Amino acid sequence: MKRKELKGWLYLLPAIIFLGIFMVYPLIDVFVYSLEEGYNSASQTYFGVGMYNFSYVLHDTYFLQAVKNTIILVLITVPLSTGLALLISLALNSIEKLKDLFQTIYFLPYVTNTLAVGLVFMILFKKTAYTEGMINLLINRFGGESIDFIDGPYWAKMFVLCFYTIWVVLPFKVLILTSALASVDQNLYNAAKVDGTSPFRIFYKITIPMISPMIFYLVITGFIGAFKAYSDAVALFGTDLNAAGMNTIVGYVYDMLYGNSGGYPSYASAAAIILFAIVLSITCINLLVSKKHVHY
Amino acid sequence: MDQNLDYEKIEKTAARRRKIKNILVYSALVLWALIVLFPFYWMVLTSIKSYGSYSSEYIPKFFTLQPTIQNYIDVFTAVPLLKYLGNTVIFTLATTALMLIVITFAAFAFSKLEFRGRDLVFAGFLALMMIPNELVVITNFVTITNWNMRNTFWGLILPSITSVFYIYLLKENFAQVPDELYKAAKVDGTSDLKFLFKVLIPICRPTIVTVTILKIIECWNSYVWPRLITDDAALFLVSNGIQEIRENGMGRENIPAMMAAVVVISIPLIILFLIFHKKIMEGVSRGGTKG
Amino acid sequence: MKVVLKHLTKIFPNRTKNLPDVIAVNDFDFEIPDGKLVGLLGPSGCGKSTALNLISGLLEPTSGQIFFGENDVTKLPPENRGVGMVFQNYALYPHLTVLENIIFPLQNLKGDKKMTREQMEAKALEVARLVQIEHLMERKPNEMSGGQQQRVAIARALVKTPNVLLLDEPLSNLDARLRLQTREEIRRIQTETGVTTIFVTHDQEEAMSISDLIIVMKDGVVNQIGKPQDVYDDPCNLFVAQFLGTPQINTFNGRVENGWLYIGEDKVLKTTGISDQEVYAGIRPEGFILDENGPLHCRLSAVEVMGRDTSVVSFNDNMTGVSVRSIISAENRVDTSGKEVRFSLKPYKVHLFSKEDQKRLYFEEGVLR
Repeated sequence: MKRKELKGWLYLLPAIIFLGIFMVYPLIDVFVYSLEEGYNSASQTYFGVGMYNFSYVLHDTYFLQAVKNTIILVLITVPLSTGLALLISLALNSIEKLKDLFQTIYFLPYVTNTLAVGLVFMILFKKTAYTEGMINLLINRFGGESIDFIDGPYWAKMFVLCFYTIWVVLPFKVLILTSALASVDQNLYNAAKVDGTSPFRIFYKITIPMISPMIFYLVITGFIGAFKAYSDAVALFGTDLNAAGMNTIVGYVYDMLYGNSGGYPSYASAAAIILFAIVLSITCINLLVSKKHVHY
Repeated sequence: MDQNLDYEKIEKTAARRRKIKNILVYSALVLWALIVLFPFYWMVLTSIKSYGSYSSEYIPKFFTLQPTIQNYIDVFTAVPLLKYLGNTVIFTLATTALMLIVITFAAFAFSKLEFRGRDLVFAGFLALMMIPNELVVITNFVTITNWNMRNTFWGLILPSITSVFYIYLLKENFAQVPDELYKAAKVDGTSDLKFLFKVLIPICRPTIVTVTILKIIECWNSYVWPRLITDDAALFLVSNGIQEIRENGMGRENIPAMMAAVVVISIPLIILFLIFHKKIMEGVSRGGTKG
Repeated sequence: MKVVLKHLTKIFPNRTKNLPDVIAVNDFDFEIPDGKLVGLLGPSGCGKSTALNLISGLLEPTSGQIFFGENDVTKLPPENRGVGMVFQNYALYPHLTVLENIIFPLQNLKGDKKMTREQMEAKALEVARLVQIEHLMERKPNEMSGGQQQRVAIARALVKTPNVLLLDEPLSNLDARLRLQTREEIRRIQTETGVTTIFVTHDQEEAMSISDLIIVMKDGVVNQIGKPQDVYDDPCNLFVAQFLGTPQINTFNGRVENGWLYIGEDKVLKTTGISDQEVYAGIRPEGFILDENGPLHCRLSAVEVMGRDTSVVSFNDNMTGVSVRSIISAENRVDTSGKEVRFSLKPYKVHLFSKEDQKRLYFEEGVLR
């Protein structure tokens, strides 16, 4: 009996060790760090314990800029990408010919390197002394003025970031919604058709309620993912995001930790905990709302 | 019922509406496909333009008549792209292999072995799924630094060896294999390890393949952790390499060469995807997330 | 309203090369009279559901026409046909209550047919009473038993007073006891509303027990149409004979010689009117009479006494099935010690079929009563 018990733990041991060192311990440690005031990473000493780190971070203009950027990004990309994904999935589900081909193409961005393809977006949108850039060519064609999306006005930079983020997250959402739509019992639609239900009414009375669990799943994971945005911004604007004014909360955490402005794990921890708190509360709100609106 | 004349009208409008709907749907789908594919086209196109011709195009051209492979030669000679690729391959294979061992053992223990505290530990594991990486990366950075593992492969690999989510996925799959099989194996005197490798893993191969592919994609594209842990270019992975090329490499703003590098590092995954696209999409829809 | 099918055909092109297209419905050409309950009967995959979907308009026929009354509805979309349909898995909207499910079709009505909420609820209550679910109106589908869900589905199909009611395998998802109960329910509801009803089933007992008319089909082809008892007593081919009746009809390899049916060496029945040939002889279980001097010799295997009846299981070298099963009144005591049983036969329970095309061969003595 004793040996059997031991064996179970033995098989679990590697997982427990790794999770212990790299998940559980850091989880506790991050709170410790965030409370240690004036921590010096070289000498590993600190002055006292308190909320100063949080106060510092919350008064840091870079952090506030990062929060503003992140929130704008979340508010724009989550609804837009979910809505767009729904439209695309509906279209995909209504056709038979070429469905597989379209599905495969749409999924392609999922397997590409965010950093690498971000570079392509950068050169598409960038306006330099040598070239107008692809997108400006299009804008000019429709009679608009050229804009530098990468080093230009804030709204233009935000536009590219949102556009690229949507391009990156859409494959996952389209895939999930397409399979959700396909798994709705076809007979429900048949029953509605026989009863003369209009396509619009079928959509909001049957389709939406039937896939509402999946839509809420995507909204929740979308919020979480968008709040953690970072590499997309790096890909477009380079590693010095503060200079570009396009930093995100996660970017701020890393900048505090490492790099030219790094060496402040306490500030990084405080910022990470603030981020976690925001994400947690938004997820809770989402869950509460979904309890009310998801139908079964 | 109404008269026959009405019927014909209804038929006609229904047919016309169907046709219009089809045209609209297909044009929308084609439009989005173009938006998805265009960056890839542009990346390949730019990579085969010579630096000179690219720089002289104030208004970019949509095709080129003098394709060149000079950029591809450049990225392998002027910057150590091959080194980056090699690093990434080593990192990806090692991480994936080690992770598979760890999660298979854990999933086996959770699904087939009985011991006190099992369910409690499993609940604890599930709770860990909610912890975002950003929260633990700070201490991990400090830990690896303290262990003097910065700029080593172990430093890169160790923190990503376990994944609670994949343990969960595999455990669910193992649990579907009837317990009778395990009992039968016990009666026949089969050892646990033998049962795991000869019965459980072959039966659950599809899930294991899915997990492997997802992990490979994740490793190949990982950026944040490698960036924190390596500042020696000899250990850069492709994501960091590309960022390095962008900011310091190539001497000047050599965009065609940069695009050549992007093509080179994108191709392995795209090939993997084209071969396994059914499996990958199936696996992702069963619970993958990006990043 | 009567339903008329004229040369109705549905072909599904086969995607795989080298395989022929599937003719799911082959040249359906018959009339379903107004106000009848009709069972569309056949083994799984024979195209009966396809036929139903053609009538409902969910599928378009490859060729042929469908008339409701005098109107050609062939190309009409389902919503304009006025059909009520009950699906095999009921297809109730899981997120809506029973009441909302039932009034769903009414909310689709437009123009002068538009109803107020009160009218809808009154109408819903009326059909709910008919199917006896008026106490469940606020439940969700997953809070009800299969039988109750079935009734809701029927109520939803009836609420807009359809011209035709279509039921796709209405009983297949119910357990055995509920099935008996529900099929009588369907009969009652149909009689009370008088709506022309077509239901699809693979269960011959189900079809026989409640239908006014059954249509037996196989591989997309209608084999026989008629009143259930008529089809049972007078099957037009071997398939229909074997498909109807439990226990199944016993089939033997036999031959007709000089106006007599031979099974092996046994000269069992006079069959005037059939030329000499090899035949299949189908004998209904109730067509055997236990008779010490009977012409048909069988080796006794088992006797199953089931109260009212006794089942005698025996073997014969010329049977095509695994055994010969005959049902005799329990009052006849069977001598189980012997190794042989002998039967004489009721001529009208014996059907002969051509070996060539399995069509029925009629003989004078075989005519019923």
